[in-house]
Amino acid sequence: MTSLAAVTASNLRKDVRLEWRSKDAVNAMLFFALLVVVIFSFAFDPTAEESRQIVGGLVWVAFLFAAIVALNQAWMRELRNQVLDAYRVSPAPANALFLGKALGNFLFISVVEALLMPLFVVFYNLRPVGPAWQLVPVFLLGTWALVVVGTFFAAISLRTRSREVMLPLILFPISIPALLAMVEATTMVLTGTETPRFWITLLLVYDVIFTTVCLLLFETVLHAE
Amino acid sequence: MKFKILAVITFLLLSYALYQGMWAAPREATMGDIQRIFYYHVPSAWTSFLCFFANFIASIIYLARRNLKADAFAVSTAEVGVVFCTVVLVTGPLWARPVWGIWWTWDARLTTTLVLWLIYVSYLMLRRYSTGQATPTLAAALAIFGFLDVPIVYMSIRWWRTQHPQPVIAGGQGSGLDPHMWAAVLWNWAAFMAFAALLIWVRYRLEITRQQLDEAHALKAVGQAEGSFTR
Repeated sequence: MTSLAAVTASNLRKDVRLEWRSKDAVNAMLFFALLVVVIFSFAFDPTAEESRQIVGGLVWVAFLFAAIVALNQAWMRELRNQVLDAYRVSPAPANALFLGKALGNFLFISVVEALLMPLFVVFYNLRPVGPAWQLVPVFLLGTWALVVVGTFFAAISLRTRSREVMLPLILFPISIPALLAMVEATTMVLTGTETPRFWITLLLVYDVIFTTVCLLLFETVLHAE
Repeated sequence: MKFKILAVITFLLLSYALYQGMWAAPREATMGDIQRIFYYHVPSAWTSFLCFFANFIASIIYLARRNLKADAFAVSTAEVGVVFCTVVLVTGPLWARPVWGIWWTWDARLTTTLVLWLIYVSYLMLRRYSTGQATPTLAAALAIFGFLDVPIVYMSIRWWRTQHPQPVIAGGQGSGLDPHMWAAVLWNWAAFMAFAALLIWVRYRLEITRQQLDEAHALKAVGQAEGSFTR
């Protein structure tokens, strides 16, 4: 167990250091999400009171698209110089690689979300009517839901032709309940109509189930050849 | 021989089920003949769900035993399941338009079926785009994710829809069905199951042949490579 934690930590440190030096994923995500925010504002009047109803969906669509950019890059890095092959033959636990990668992606996407939320507030004139602190569990659980399955599926799509295209095609259908929960919970907090307790529970259940499945199956997928 | 027997049984069942659905079952009081689409819609749905369940089991067996026959069975059931699920999604709106007045509503069952269809289409796309020996393993992993996702999808969408007013409700479809109507539903289900089994059989044999062909190609390539080394 200590070895799992130690290898996970060193994988995570490596990913964070690489990202800190290049800032590839975070920059790409930030600019991409910004473009989505601007383009969406053409579709409706962003400052109208009714747009509060749809901003929850919009925020998550922007972050989902941005996350795809980061998730696609995550494993590509390991393909250069056959790092992934070296990892396959090493005695390090496969789940440590997966957890390190997933935690790294979670961190990068959370940073992007934290930087972009103020922008949404400014551009869409947002004032949460409900208790704003409830957005914290929604964002943490929601981001993990996207990241854990996304990191796993990115490892799958790595083995296919046209890798970048494949990831959203397999990730979006499976993520539908999580996306629905994030959008509904965010909208409820923003409009203050109801309490998002059910949706937060659903996100928690989704996270627990799929994190378990990812950890059970990652070694099989890593060694599939 | 067994295949021909199944083919004949399927033909007979489909014919009798057609008679049951079109003539033997009574005309529905309010909806009229349009209700007869129900005899195709519901059995198709049951058949497709069973196909997806079979796909889930076959995927687990493949991951546990690495048996390529299980993989061939998984592909066949997923493809046939998608076909029947498509039938459900096409016959549903055909019935809904005259009865509900709209083609589609984002109701729990409709949306879940649509998401189910999306998940298995993405499974088939992964199989199509992935190359090499890893395909069965990757596809089996995705199949497990997909199947586990279905109850979560259903729960979430049901909650989502009970939060909002339902646009149209045509009463419980299964409630208080006439015995003749039940006969029509069950005969059609039997016929569709036989038809699905037939299709899965054909597809399974095709997949096994394809696997053998791949293997033969690989062996030939290895043989040629060895030949060029010794020369």
